[in-house]
Amino acid sequence: MPDSSHTDAFVEFERVQKSYDGVQLVVKDLNLSMPKGEFLTMLGPSGSGKTTCLMMLAGFETATHGDIRLDGKPINNIPPHKRGIGMVFQNYALFPHMTVAENLSFPLEVRKIGKSDREAKVKRALDMVQMGNFGGRRPAQLSGGQQQRIALARALVFEPELVLMDEPLGALDKQLRETLQFEITKLAHRLGITVVYVTHDQTEALTMSDRVAVFDNGKIQQLAKPDELYEKPQNSFVAQFIGENNTLEGTVREIKGDTCVVQLDDGGLIDAVPVNVTKVGERTRVSIRPERVEINKDRLQEGAHMLKAEVLEFVYMGDIFRTRLKVAGNDEFVIKTRNAPDQVRLEPGTQIDIGWLPDDCRALDAPSK
Amino acid sequence: MTDAATEPDKITGPTPDNALRAADKADSGPVLAADGRPLKQSLNRALRAQKIRALALIAPLLLFVLVSFIAPIGDMLFRSVENQIVEDTMPRTVQVISRWDPATDETPDEMVYQAAYFDLFFSAEARRHTRLGQRLNYESTGMSSMFRSIGRDLDEFGEPYQDAIEASDPRWEEAGFWYDLMSGEGANDLLESRRDSYMRLMGQSQRTVFGDVTCGIGSVFGNPCDIALEDVPLEFSLSNDITEFLPLTAEAYSDFTVFTVLDEGDVVAEEEPWEAVYTALGIDLKAKSQAEIQAYNGTGADALQAAYTALAEVEDISFRDQFIDADPDWGIQQPWQVLQTYSAAYTPGYFLNAVDMQKSPQGWELRPENQRIYGLLFQRTLFMSLVITFSCILLGYPIAYLLSNLPARKANLLMILVLLPFWTSLLVRTSAWKVMLQQQGVINDVLVWLGLVVDDGRLVMINNQFGTIVAMTHILLPFMILPMYSVMSTIPQSYVRAAKSLGATNWTTFWRVYFPQSVPGIGAGSILVFILSIGYYITPEIVGGTSGIFISNRIAYHISSSLNWGLAAALGTILLIVVLALYWAYDRIVGIDNVKLGG
Ligand SMILES: Nc1ncnc2c1ncn2[C@@H]1O[C@H](COP(=O)(O)OP(=O)(O)O)[C@@H](O)[C@H]1O
Ligand SMILES: [Mg+2]
Repeated sequence: MPDSSHTDAFVEFERVQKSYDGVQLVVKDLNLSMPKGEFLTMLGPSGSGKTTCLMMLAGFETATHGDIRLDGKPINNIPPHKRGIGMVFQNYALFPHMTVAENLSFPLEVRKIGKSDREAKVKRALDMVQMGNFGGRRPAQLSGGQQQRIALARALVFEPELVLMDEPLGALDKQLRETLQFEITKLAHRLGITVVYVTHDQTEALTMSDRVAVFDNGKIQQLAKPDELYEKPQNSFVAQFIGENNTLEGTVREIKGDTCVVQLDDGGLIDAVPVNVTKVGERTRVSIRPERVEINKDRLQEGAHMLKAEVLEFVYMGDIFRTRLKVAGNDEFVIKTRNAPDQVRLEPGTQIDIGWLPDDCRALDAPSK
Repeated sequence: MTDAATEPDKITGPTPDNALRAADKADSGPVLAADGRPLKQSLNRALRAQKIRALALIAPLLLFVLVSFIAPIGDMLFRSVENQIVEDTMPRTVQVISRWDPATDETPDEMVYQAAYFDLFFSAEARRHTRLGQRLNYESTGMSSMFRSIGRDLDEFGEPYQDAIEASDPRWEEAGFWYDLMSGEGANDLLESRRDSYMRLMGQSQRTVFGDVTCGIGSVFGNPCDIALEDVPLEFSLSNDITEFLPLTAEAYSDFTVFTVLDEGDVVAEEEPWEAVYTALGIDLKAKSQAEIQAYNGTGADALQAAYTALAEVEDISFRDQFIDADPDWGIQQPWQVLQTYSAAYTPGYFLNAVDMQKSPQGWELRPENQRIYGLLFQRTLFMSLVITFSCILLGYPIAYLLSNLPARKANLLMILVLLPFWTSLLVRTSAWKVMLQQQGVINDVLVWLGLVVDDGRLVMINNQFGTIVAMTHILLPFMILPMYSVMSTIPQSYVRAAKSLGATNWTTFWRVYFPQSVPGIGAGSILVFILSIGYYITPEIVGGTSGIFISNRIAYHISSSLNWGLAAALGTILLIVVLALYWAYDRIVGIDNVKLGG
């Protein structure tokens, strides 16, 4: 993981805490370290403290405790306008009384850059977001997507090394969001800037980022690359939050190296990878991705544990079939099968056996009651 | 980049370009609804019920505004130029005086004095001549007393004629004889024109639809209206022969008839005529030759013959001398000039007065230096309103800023403090300032106690402009803060944050990003405060003394004390015009779209 060495860390949070009211910690013990050029996304439900972290980094909120370092230098006492951090907001925050070009030259003017230089940079920035012809317009004369492009250009025009984006695409429709997601990542990589991106949309997080920090309740629940996050969630919150997920609850019966046996509440036994269970007898929640559930016994290992299931519902979704089952008392258990020529279509009411590779089933923390 | 991205217009959603393109694509020619009617027509039909409902909802307010706002303003505009009183009270004089040329350095000729005699006699009987005196007094002081004294003496002017006529034949003292003499056919036009004249004098113009409606409404509420004056039968018909033979007498007798029937409710045939009728008869007869008298053979020919003979002994009455006897001022040009100048039914006189000018034979000119007050008052009102507006901006802006950036609970508390003045009586607040500012008041006491001011050098802070400015700034401050606050609270915090993240210092952020967006609030507040203060009355009245009063105090004075409503209306109209002009200028410079009361 790249946060191990202090020397190449560009952005660093160390033991940062934040409380607004002196009663509740909104950010609890945040540790994070980013190398230069990384695209990191903070993902989490609303109210989990993402914006607060971003604002502390930008300087609009002060950390109650801990250090924030930028390029190795603590920035706790540097005012926001001297931090040189570009920002993009969800509501675009384009100054309505200035034209697009004036908006873009604003950061250059306050940096006392000469007129001709300014114009050249503004033009380049506008071209960069394909808005070259819109310099003379007012923000109100642009569509949402166009405004966000301008906001992006404005955050980049003074060539900051770090850009923060707080749900920049939250107000746009799906198609436009996907287009812009692609453009933002491409631009970020081309310019080599470091980006901290905040979203509550997991697809956005997974498709755009080098790494994703999943936030809940003021804490980073997991910080990992997108594939790792999806396939190897560290706890039941992450497993639940990212992608679709089936859970079954039970008790650990046996731990053998990197596998364990879990006895479900209705008595059935399954194999799982012990992720954060440590001793026999502990309560656990196992999680299995719907597409990793196997209904064909032949594909499983010899002696693998199987569970009885009853088909409740079959939904044809084009590329996949989505089948809802009742397994071990849980009637929200979903499996997804690929729409291949030889794929069976399960009729509601039939009884089947299901199983999975032990690696795909992760024994996580039991929910606290 | 993707294709979609290389062409910004491909972005879906309502961009101006997309809208244009969509409009182009739409087929030209009327679109038809399902039932074959043009779509537009169907839409109108569907919306009509909605429109009617909307109209019904605003109707009460519309009516209220019409009655309580538009109508008074219309009335004010009308009053500021209306001047019918001169023509209504002295119609004959107005007619003959127009021929008089004041440039000749002479007073008007005897004809004018004679016309004035008959006009004033009639209006004095109706007790209306003093009103005209008051009206003309606004234009030239002293006129009021001239009219009063002439009204007292008028009765004796015609005495020599009356005595002679009555002595010539006892029938001249009989009401019935007079009635018979004047009765006949064919001259009722004159009679009716005198009735009109009377009605105008009494301020009751011809019957209008409006009058009928109010009368109808009145009778619904058990308040039946009187028969309109024009419908009251006079029980008299004027003879055309006698009118041609004795024109002045016929006119005077008609006046007498109208007055007797309409004003006193008596029967003409039973009343002995006024002295003015005898005077008129005297003038008429004296103008005749012996032959003309003998040629007349109608009713009372012998009595007329006798009167003619008797009158020959009597010297001609000079009305001019009589007027001068009553008041020597009638013998100079001044009052006649005023009468002539203000004889038109509509006059710019009130407006001229309101801008310190006057009408003179040479045209319009500025009044003498010591009579100019309104120009100064207007200037002062505008200047002080500006100062008040600026002090309100200076004091209100930080508060509004704080209000909109404080957490909700603290903001609410502060808001209550801001609104507190609204919940206290205006009079109480103004009086409180009196207590604070006067020479033995709280502030002076404190200053003296601190030793900053010596006891006999206490500051004069009240009954002058300073007092007015301080008190009015305080009173109008909420009107500045509220619109500012509601605009500022709609400025998203992210603008400020964006500016700072782009490298702007606190000051640059404020000046280049926050302030421009709060300007609409300043504009709204300023218009509100300025317009309110320009017409403010109570506070300047109480704390303004003489140097701190506003034009509105003068208007109030003319409405309630001097009763010069025309001038008050002219001043009010000018004030209205000034406000509208400022509003227009503001719109041109700042743009009225930039005025926001929030949202
Ligand atoms: N200015 C503030 N004052 C008090 N509480 C705040 C403030 N801003 C955010 N909070 C609280 O802090 C928590 C985290 O908020 P935020 O960082 O905005 O979450 P996110 O961006 O993940 O939705 C929320 O419970 C929110 O109510
Ligand atoms: Mg947020």
